[in-house]
Amino acid sequence: MHEFSAQVGPAAFRIGSQWRSPVDQLAALYADYPKPEIPDFSVRLEAVSMLRRFIRPSVMIEGDYMLPDAAPLPLAQALLAAEMGMNLQMALGWRRHLLLHASAVEKDGKALIMTGASGSGKSTLSALLGQSGWRFMGDEFVLLDLESGAAVPFPRLISLKNEAIAAMEAQADAARFGPLMEGTPKGNIRHLMPPVDAIARMAEPAKPALLLFPRYGHNWAVRDVAPGETFMRMTQASTNYVALGEAGFTAMTRFIKTTPARAIDYQSGAEAVSLAEGLWEQLA
Amino acid sequence: MSGAEPLYRADTTDAMLVEPLDGLTLIYHRRSGVTHMVVEPVPQILAAMGEDALTLDQLLTRLSKDFDLGDAVEAKAVLAARIDELVDLGLVDKLDGQDA
Repeated sequence: MHEFSAQVGPAAFRIGSQWRSPVDQLAALYADYPKPEIPDFSVRLEAVSMLRRFIRPSVMIEGDYMLPDAAPLPLAQALLAAEMGMNLQMALGWRRHLLLHASAVEKDGKALIMTGASGSGKSTLSALLGQSGWRFMGDEFVLLDLESGAAVPFPRLISLKNEAIAAMEAQADAARFGPLMEGTPKGNIRHLMPPVDAIARMAEPAKPALLLFPRYGHNWAVRDVAPGETFMRMTQASTNYVALGEAGFTAMTRFIKTTPARAIDYQSGAEAVSLAEGLWEQLA
Repeated sequence: MSGAEPLYRADTTDAMLVEPLDGLTLIYHRRSGVTHMVVEPVPQILAAMGEDALTLDQLLTRLSKDFDLGDAVEAKAVLAARIDELVDLGLVDKLDGQDA
């Protein structure tokens, strides 16, 4: 078994793999991250069967927390399998913070949080802002501290999909990209290492100051979002709101009462960055 | 005991976390771990009940001190419907009535 471990924000992961190549890819992409002593979560990439391991290698994700019917992925997509496995552990197992399915960037100690369905552009927008004067905090999960309400970074590898790949290739250092994986269940995927300062400062929380619901592919628009709608959307965007019980309720209501929220529609990354920065000047 | 009016008692104020949120109210019910989103008149009804066991008429009297409830018969029917919903949600208990 080949092994790899990395600390991402407050969570420590250990990945075990029957193949060497995914572990080498992970080690290269996570080179800037600290190595934890004791993992919070273990993810194993295992062959579907011994026979299949040689005929057509396929990867099953095994871990502390599992989805029963996750489909195996081809070995060429093992990096994606590892990332999915790590996300799954966080989504199903993390209890130390209120976990929001959202991206975030920071400026002046304050966090801009963006949430939306897959394809909304929240990941790309956080990556673009992370290249233009903001500190990247995470493109998938935002962790809210249950005591202070602060947003805690979780700057895992940025998972770029489809058109976002070319958009970021034009912006970021070529050496920080992982291999292009074509034809995955989510389309084309390429991972990007977050900026060095985002990883170095991943223990620094920020106070939530603005919440955006971006929506890609629609004409430019900004809309107020009432706190009740925000509450409904954010409880849906949290995988552990129910499991945390009263602590989750308290953290969620405080977040919503103290953070202004807007929905933004946009057609291009440049338009979204400009919209986000304009609202930040006005509201944060 | 037939004809006795049922009594209603809200779960204790300790059992619920109430957070008004711009036009609606969130209630976290500690016993069930469920979050309820409610609008008027539910928060007002729960506030008027306090921790006392009340008949519908007694509750109506309390509410009418603070709100103009209009026609009394209609108001009682509406209140009964809301109270039944709160009983279903587990936020209010329905107790055996007592003859006056």
